[in-house]
Amino acid sequence: MSVRIWLLLMLLAAPLTGLAQGFAGLGSRAEGFALPSPDRVLQFPADHGAHPAFRIEWWYLTANMTGPDGTPYGLQWTLFRSALAPEDGQGWGAPQLWMGHAAVTTPTAHHVTERLARGGIGQAGVTAAPFAAWIDDWSLTGPDFDHLRLTASGPDFAYDVNLQARGPLVLHGQNGYSVKSAQGQASHYYSQPAFALSGTLRLAEGEVKVTGSAWLDREWSSQPLAQDQTGWDWFSLSFDSGDKLMGFVLRGADDYTSATWIGADGTVTSFKDGAFEARPLTWHNVAGRSVPVGWQVRLPIRGVDVTLRAVNPDAWMATSVPYWEGPVTLTGSHDGVGYLEMTGYGE
Amino acid sequence: MTAALLSALLSHWWRNPVQLFTLLAGLSLGTALWTGVQAINAEARASYDDAARTLDEGQLAQLATASGAPISEQTYVALRRAGWLVSPVIEGRLGSVRIIGIDPLTLPRDTGAARMMTGADLSGFLIPPGQILAQAETLNRLPDTDAARIATPGAAPGVAITDIGVAQLLLNRVGQIDRLMVTPEQPLGQRPLADVAPDLLLTAAQGSTDVARLTDSFHLNLTAFGLLSFVVGLFIVHGAIGLAFEQRRPMLRSLRALGAPLNRLIALMVLELAGLALIAGGVGIALGYAMAAALLPDVAATLRGLYGAEVAGQLVLRPVWVISGLAMALGGTAAAAAGSLWSLARMPLLASALPQAWGAARTGRAQVTFALVLLGLAGALTQWGQGLLAGFVLLGALLIGGALLLPPILRAVLHWAEARARGPLAQWFWADTRQQLPGLSLALMALLLAMAANVGVSTMVSSFRLTFVAFLDQRLASELYVTTANPAEADRVLNSLEGTVDAVLPLLSMRQSVAGQPVELYGARDHATYRDNWHLLQAVPDAWDALARGEGVLINEQLFRRAGLGLGAPVPLAQGGALPVLGIYGDYGNPIGQIVLTEAEFRARYPEVTALRFGLRLDPGRVPDLRAKLQADAGLPASGIVDQAAIKALSLDVFERTFLVTSALNMLTLAVAGFAILMGLLTLAAMRLPQMAPVWALGVTRRHLALLDLGRALLLAALTGVLALPLGLALAWALLAIVNVEAFGWRLPMSLFWMDYLRLGVFALLAAAVAAAWPAWRLSRMKPARLLGVFRHER
Repeated sequence: MSVRIWLLLMLLAAPLTGLAQGFAGLGSRAEGFALPSPDRVLQFPADHGAHPAFRIEWWYLTANMTGPDGTPYGLQWTLFRSALAPEDGQGWGAPQLWMGHAAVTTPTAHHVTERLARGGIGQAGVTAAPFAAWIDDWSLTGPDFDHLRLTASGPDFAYDVNLQARGPLVLHGQNGYSVKSAQGQASHYYSQPAFALSGTLRLAEGEVKVTGSAWLDREWSSQPLAQDQTGWDWFSLSFDSGDKLMGFVLRGADDYTSATWIGADGTVTSFKDGAFEARPLTWHNVAGRSVPVGWQVRLPIRGVDVTLRAVNPDAWMATSVPYWEGPVTLTGSHDGVGYLEMTGYGE
Repeated sequence: MTAALLSALLSHWWRNPVQLFTLLAGLSLGTALWTGVQAINAEARASYDDAARTLDEGQLAQLATASGAPISEQTYVALRRAGWLVSPVIEGRLGSVRIIGIDPLTLPRDTGAARMMTGADLSGFLIPPGQILAQAETLNRLPDTDAARIATPGAAPGVAITDIGVAQLLLNRVGQIDRLMVTPEQPLGQRPLADVAPDLLLTAAQGSTDVARLTDSFHLNLTAFGLLSFVVGLFIVHGAIGLAFEQRRPMLRSLRALGAPLNRLIALMVLELAGLALIAGGVGIALGYAMAAALLPDVAATLRGLYGAEVAGQLVLRPVWVISGLAMALGGTAAAAAGSLWSLARMPLLASALPQAWGAARTGRAQVTFALVLLGLAGALTQWGQGLLAGFVLLGALLIGGALLLPPILRAVLHWAEARARGPLAQWFWADTRQQLPGLSLALMALLLAMAANVGVSTMVSSFRLTFVAFLDQRLASELYVTTANPAEADRVLNSLEGTVDAVLPLLSMRQSVAGQPVELYGARDHATYRDNWHLLQAVPDAWDALARGEGVLINEQLFRRAGLGLGAPVPLAQGGALPVLGIYGDYGNPIGQIVLTEAEFRARYPEVTALRFGLRLDPGRVPDLRAKLQADAGLPASGIVDQAAIKALSLDVFERTFLVTSALNMLTLAVAGFAILMGLLTLAAMRLPQMAPVWALGVTRRHLALLDLGRALLLAALTGVLALPLGLALAWALLAIVNVEAFGWRLPMSLFWMDYLRLGVFALLAAAVAAAWPAWRLSRMKPARLLGVFRHER
């Protein structure tokens, strides 16, 4: 899922409101960071924790849910780690910075909030066992990685849900060594795509009991990627059949696509550029930009030809660097739900 | 026709350049003083706003400990993890620079500090040795540190921003946070503050800053001075305009007889005056700017010392005071010219061309009545007035009433002298002096005001100084003052002091609010130092013994006056009810209220407060040794040890600078008054020829006449000075007993300084002599033909 590396770098490279474009200083401090290696065998639970020697890392969770009356809801919880230097440490001067994004999407509303924190004073961090990832009062914790409790809060929403893994971890690429470009840039990358979710959303209209499924991505790397692309469209789809599809399009002079098929039986298949296709169908104006919120997505090799519709076309992430991220419903060759992330649609 | 009329009107000024100069100079000087003061005020206020905006002080709610003790990082993280969106701040001084340590990641978005960070190199800022952001001028004042210095034009003067981690290192306060800013929008599901951090107090956003309120009185003082100077300037302008109108009466009559419409004449004269006012106003603003630029560093030092308020040392041309300066010039000219224009409008076409007895009508019964009403008002305000504004109304009524009463009193005195004069020349002298009085009365009133203000202000300042020095001697009894960073360091210091000093006096303090007033609470050890040195203004019998038994508290005069807490009144304390007031002590130079408890009472009520500051009593000769020992044994930084002499020197320095501005303004006012006399005499000189010529013709030499003129000026100045003394003393009393109490919260005993008054009197006479010398010299050199000419002319 290379796009998310770019997302992070874009977030950190762009001038944050009232903050520093100094995050861009990252580029000049690349020396000394650890590099992903194909020989590395991921070790659990240790690798659920943070890897401060690498420059960037995230714990990225999205969920499709329904309320008691069948209303669809979406949820996002992301913890980014960004190291200014490849070392851990205590105190204010420690170079590990953290950023959290949390959102809840309903058919009529989209609630977003963001947190920034220092690692060295304990305001944010991740420990592997027992597992705990936190920033401020937000947390993803549990006795192990299969049983987690997720919380977050903003001025106008909060949530508290339980997650139970319904399948094994999925290691992407070569045993979790995921090559990202022809130049050989790579990341360590694994997912838990099959959490069963139940819990409570706290919204202005009151508390809502929800159930659904969640997808958690874990990825860390140190290498910035080439940035000739203007943006990307990323899809994670859960079909009613139990199969799952992750795919993305990097928009540029030549579009570049990639996809991973996760069968209901747990088998994982990667597809190279061109196998996956995505075409905008309907556009929507949000935050002064025109964004495609309806899509035709195809993976002919698996007989997939579905139409995506945003649960809420206004799922705009008004964070330091804004982007669109929200739940979608699918119809066509397969029925199901999914999450859509789109960046690089200018004003 | 308009052009012709205008050139006829303007020709007057070409023929009387001195008058033109008088008008322009008077107006310029008045405007200059006003503008200068406004510029200083505007600059200072803008600086406070900048400084306050750095952290949006007052706009954001804050969390801090009641005791003022630092907040631990654990508490901060606990609050964040409980859903409290708070951002840590540590503040301190490096040299003369206010260092503010912030956390840019949690800093509320719309703060000035966040704006300063825009475009900054975040990783350079966060990672030690870090960066310090401030104005270039502020950076130059910083002592050497490892941190990179980043010039940031948007910073407030004297304020530097750095990362909290870097600030903790620079300030030698690792692990400490002074307060937490509370982001306006908080998340749902926050845990209650009492569960997470019970020792923190939440202060709601206030909307105004402490420093703005504290310095209000100072600025009001300056404004009053500016206004006083402007009024003195207006006296000059009024004189010049009145004279010019009188002298142009014949010309105006001729012009109207030739068919010039009255309306157009008046319109042109208004235009002419407006033009002159604008020119004078422009010059005045330039002069005012220069004056403000010269005085600003002292004002800045004063404000920094008295209130900790930072003011930029450089002046910015602000539209506010430029506009206010021009408006004052135009308004002042209008006020000064209104009467003359009015009489011109009503002048019959065939009125006598002879100038009216200029100004004579002003000294009538109405003026005396008005003066007495004003003085009555002043008297009433001393009894029933409330607030600082009433104090200034009182000063205004006193000064204007006194000034208006001056001409009638002088006339009565001259009358009395004339009745006792022997010989024709003496009788003529007195009569002629009285006859000149109307023409000179405005200048003399200006002199009276300047002298009275001088007497009043110098009495206040000198009284203050006397009290303050005595107070410093009493209060700063300990030979050495030690400040430690944390309880561990305090323990180390106490251990290393064991047996080496006569007494260690812990200075326990915390802040709380009493009757809506911010108050500092002190826990004092029962020790002779306090009993011997603290002077109680009011006290119950055996107050110190009662205090030692924990039966009550001592409060400072500020709290006594502001909260109305007299002897025996219960003082509410946050924990454990109220204690009665046992005594009230003078506490000069401190803006806020204080309560003193015994150490035992204090520790029982506020067990969470530990003493970090100590006063040490020891043989003064051993101070340098002990200082070295503390640095070596307990590792105290040099900045943590201050000896008594240094504090006294600093306090006195602050004091001197505070009133440097006042005395500079004082001298300027006196100079303007001297100038008013000069101009009055010069303008009178020409008009008096018809009165002088007959005396000369009877055989009195020009030289003799000139000496008489000089003597007359000195006599009038001396009489004015004599009258200025009681007025000035009344002013001093009002300043000390009313304005000071309202502005600062303490009343000062008034002392008299006769040598100062004598010196001022000599200055005033000198000013009058200098002013009169040139007209007298001109008279002594006047061509006899001009004097003879009087008999030729109609008039």
